[in-house]
Amino acid sequence: MAALSEAASTALATRRFDWIRRNPTIVIGALILGLLATLALIAPWIADDPLGFDPLERLRRPSAEFPFGTDEFGRDVYSRVVYGARISLAVGISVATIATAAGLFIGVLCGYFRKVDNVVMRVMDGLMAIPPILLAIALITLMKASLTIVIIAISIPEIPRVVRLVRSVVLQVRGLPYIEAAIASGTRTRTIMTRHILPNTLAPLIVQATYACASAILTEAGLSFLGAGTPPEIPSWGNVISLGRTYFQIAPWIIFFPGVMLAITVLAINLMGDGLRDTLDPRIARRM
Amino acid sequence: MTAYIVRRLLATIPVMIVVALFVFLLLHLTPGDPAAVIAGDDASPADIEGVRRKLGLDRPIWEQFGIYVMNLLRGDLGTSIFSNLPVMTLVKQRLEPSLVLAVSTLVVAITVAIPMGVIAAWKARTLVDRVVMGFSVLGFAVPVFLVGYLLIYVFAIELRWLPVQGYKPLSQGVWQTLRSITLPAIALGMVYTALIARITRASMLEVLSEDYIRTARAKGVATPGVLLHHALKNAAVPIVTVIGIGLTLLISGVVLTETVFNIPGLGRLTVDAILKRDYPIVQGLIILFAAVKVLVNLLIDISYTFFDPRIRY
Repeated sequence: MAALSEAASTALATRRFDWIRRNPTIVIGALILGLLATLALIAPWIADDPLGFDPLERLRRPSAEFPFGTDEFGRDVYSRVVYGARISLAVGISVATIATAAGLFIGVLCGYFRKVDNVVMRVMDGLMAIPPILLAIALITLMKASLTIVIIAISIPEIPRVVRLVRSVVLQVRGLPYIEAAIASGTRTRTIMTRHILPNTLAPLIVQATYACASAILTEAGLSFLGAGTPPEIPSWGNVISLGRTYFQIAPWIIFFPGVMLAITVLAINLMGDGLRDTLDPRIARRM
Repeated sequence: MTAYIVRRLLATIPVMIVVALFVFLLLHLTPGDPAAVIAGDDASPADIEGVRRKLGLDRPIWEQFGIYVMNLLRGDLGTSIFSNLPVMTLVKQRLEPSLVLAVSTLVVAITVAIPMGVIAAWKARTLVDRVVMGFSVLGFAVPVFLVGYLLIYVFAIELRWLPVQGYKPLSQGVWQTLRSITLPAIALGMVYTALIARITRASMLEVLSEDYIRTARAKGVATPGVLLHHALKNAAVPIVTVIGIGLTLLISGVVLTETVFNIPGLGRLTVDAILKRDYPIVQGLIILFAAVKVLVNLLIDISYTFFDPRIRY
């Protein structure tokens, strides 16, 4: 309360401050993510060439010249980590977008047209039974490895979760009287779906998308770490860690810094997701 | 009950058929000739032709799938392209480390997470609770390879308490096995612990606000009795469910953890097979992992009746 009265210079400021105070996780998560996105965007100005190597500077410890040390080719780990943020964020956002869009489409169809439902849900059950990382690896190794393929391969295992979510919302909503009223008054099916049903899926979808984004970033790093992900010449965090494996005992910083960045990124996204879930979906108790 | 189990078992059949179809189609839906994909980049036309005949890729596709499923039903997961050994034999050779790792991880995670969740719920909104919640948020974010390498660095390289990497089979003594599996199990257990602790806390909070808990307290039941006997048992269903959901995390984690700690288990088998493009192994393992997951989910559904007799099928 004391903190409140301090900030109560204007009513608006109070309300804004209050919102931040009640949703600290969204704010903290968003701030960290904003910072990471900025770093990724201005990478060319704050970091050197992530591929530029110098055989004379191999496996240097972290120092003023190389804040995160160098790897076995004498490449600056700091520059690679900064550029790696681009890959991770791109993967996270793309996967979240693709999985949500595809899942939304399939989920609405399943929820609304019961005939499609039976077949499609069996396929989704089957997809969900396969461990995501194996499914992704299998898809990637069959195609020529590229960032696009990695993104698609990580998106596919995420789709069934979105489908189930959207489908359950649609099933719940389509039994409600206002949908019945819309049908009775002759509203076109497409309008019912887009105007009356879709908006209900928005809140849970946003939350699901943040989790898909976090898990995609971890999966991409895991795949690259295994040597089955993003092509090795691209400096993604997983690739930097993967190359650092061999030299781990003498140069642990090659693994440590990208690993910590990865953890911070995922943490920030999850914090935001938790916060969004609490504000957007009041049915789930805050205490989760 | 029996009828329910039979019904559930039958329901797993379409799921497994979809998995088998998907795994089968993986090779055929990809652009290009599957035989050429398997034979590799620098294979001669004769090599490709050999692969094609060996895998039966020259037959009609529905016939291939039929043969594939019939073989699966007989427990034949195919034959490795490189070693020419049946995939089942390779799986048996590599099963022990993965099983030991998975079971120890489960044991570590459950024994740590449930007390954590119970205490956090009991002391809700105190410092203890915040620490537990903080850990569970962190546990989700820190990748298993980072935890793994940090543990190796501290406990194996700096302190020299435990071996750096590798796996000692049970035949060389249980103690050695446990020593070699401790760090991997802790690293892999992080996510799982976070997941279980979180759901335990949430489920316990729900139960602790019930009237019968107040009644139990009022009639003088001591706190441990209330927490464990009255509350935890009633909070068990969501906890058991999440342990089942987490199995996916566990399987994906096994693949990564075995690479970090150089454990020659099923995870390594999978990754090596993928890097060598030994598709029959990859296909066989995906089916195997999916089957394990489907079966565990079935067991979990059945276990509900044990924790909550009100649930009847």
